[in-house]
Amino acid sequence: MNRITLPSAEPVDEHPRAERAAEQSEQRSGAPSGFARSGEGTGSLVMIEVAHLTKEFGGFTAVRDVSFTVAAGECVGFLGPNGAGKTTTMRVIAGIFPPTTGTVRVAGCDVQRDPQGARRLVGYFPENAPFYPEMSVEEYLAFVSRAKRLPRAVRGGEIERVLRACALGEVRRRLVGKLSKGFRQRVGLAQALLGDPQVLVLDEPTSGLDPEQVTEIRELVKSLRGQRTIVFSSHILSEVAQVAQRVVIINRGRIIAEDHPEGLARRIEGTVTVWLRAEAPASELRALLATVPGLYDLTLLDGRFRFHARDEGTVREVSRAVTERGWILLELARESLSLEEIFLRLVHIGDAEHPPRARAAP
Amino acid sequence: MIAVIRKELVSYFSSLLAYVVITLFLGVCGFYFYSNLSFFLLSGGFDVARGLWQFQLHDMRQIMLTLLPLLTMRLFAEERRLGTLELLWTYPLRDVEIVLGKYLAALFVLILMLLPTLAFPALLLPAHAPVAIGPLLAGYLGLLLLGAAFLACGILISALTDSQVLAAAITFSLLLLFWMMTWNEAAVGAPVLSVLSRFSLFDRFYTFSRGGIDTRDVTFLILFSAVFLSWTVLALGSRRWRGVR
Repeated sequence: MNRITLPSAEPVDEHPRAERAAEQSEQRSGAPSGFARSGEGTGSLVMIEVAHLTKEFGGFTAVRDVSFTVAAGECVGFLGPNGAGKTTTMRVIAGIFPPTTGTVRVAGCDVQRDPQGARRLVGYFPENAPFYPEMSVEEYLAFVSRAKRLPRAVRGGEIERVLRACALGEVRRRLVGKLSKGFRQRVGLAQALLGDPQVLVLDEPTSGLDPEQVTEIRELVKSLRGQRTIVFSSHILSEVAQVAQRVVIINRGRIIAEDHPEGLARRIEGTVTVWLRAEAPASELRALLATVPGLYDLTLLDGRFRFHARDEGTVREVSRAVTERGWILLELARESLSLEEIFLRLVHIGDAEHPPRARAAP
Repeated sequence: MIAVIRKELVSYFSSLLAYVVITLFLGVCGFYFYSNLSFFLLSGGFDVARGLWQFQLHDMRQIMLTLLPLLTMRLFAEERRLGTLELLWTYPLRDVEIVLGKYLAALFVLILMLLPTLAFPALLLPAHAPVAIGPLLAGYLGLLLLGAAFLACGILISALTDSQVLAAAITFSLLLLFWMMTWNEAAVGAPVLSVLSRFSLFDRFYTFSRGGIDTRDVTFLILFSAVFLSWTVLALGSRRWRGVR
């Protein structure tokens, strides 16, 4: 696993107090500084640092010992089935609730010790973009700009900027409750962008949108890549692959893989899916294939056999066995794994390591 | 905090709720004023300067009891239902600011509600009717403090549920309980009653309605509000910890 390992959650008290105070005062004054350095020698600026995060709701553990870091300017995609713990992790980063154990720091600012300071640095887009139906888009953004404590002088300009960035100009005076889902989603994004926060945490920003709107939002997120640190979640793999530089796959409250999109594919290269068609009686061929070591998940589909082979050697063995019996091999094709399959495979491997338990709804 | 106050005022006045509550309040108050005045004019012989306003203030208190839960029911219940509370929590706002902001907005509506009723004594002045300004102002201070206590109670209940209807119903019942708990001496016995009456919001209003200001009553009502508001902050904090909205 080439997962980035963190220096274990160092007790915050060892952090020189004066330095921390300086960091905080800088953040108060709005200066984009106060970065924490990741482990020695990496040299990259760590913007989000999650160390051994566990979050329990009553008896239910939503997130279990999750650690990862996000460098400044990096765009990370969270991937996982519903209820995997993506939203919980993002909510902790956004400062909605504190971790049960573990620490989360945004630009060196502990979300538990200094929630106000951390929240100033993060723009959060909650899933389903909740809204106040009785406010107009402008009124709503004006409220958010005040709630985010933007200086009076920049409020108006900031509102204009996000209205433009999210193409909301034409509906600025309409009530949010009367807008279509796509527009409401953009209003949600606009409020996250307001104040130009260092970190953007976007929870399923494209869910429930039509394809055109999905593309728009995706382009918007892409345009912010590099300038801002972005963490977003999605259950659409192709989207994550397109937008994110790094993918974190979460299942049942644990990180089961963390890599860039190509790296994930390489990781499970050992197992390959193979299609086989031969001039042979199906039942005899099936019996023969079943004897080949390293071959599993054998199925017959439209006259073709499909199976998973552990490695190249298994494929060679299959080819040899079939021709030795005097049958003619019509097709022996290796299928490259789609992201969906990689994902399911990883989730499957993760389940084998940590068998699912009875889960209570949070 | 000012952001929250402004937001709540926008909500009050764009959702018609504030207009409806204020209109109802003024309408019913006007009706009571008319009947109280006719009663005193027709029967005569009473001390109009004191009696009329005592009647009137008591009637206004009752209307506040029914209408103020409507002002507070929305405050947190609706944010929880919509999921916007979660959004508020991502802004650099302390829970205290959120609670106080909402409370002050409701208080502002209450003041808007009470101000026009000063027209009643103003109407009587040209008729050379006896209106004692001082005691009347004491009565209004009482109404304001009592209303503030009602709102604090309502805001707590609103933070405990995500149903507006439930919030209004529970607030109303609770306030009713605070009112009625000193009614039945036979049921609770005199010693218990003397303790209970200290906690009765409505007994505290008695002095005010007669034109007096008792600092103990003022302190009690302010403390009552403060306690309910801090419980609201605690309730929010606990929800946040448990991760439920």
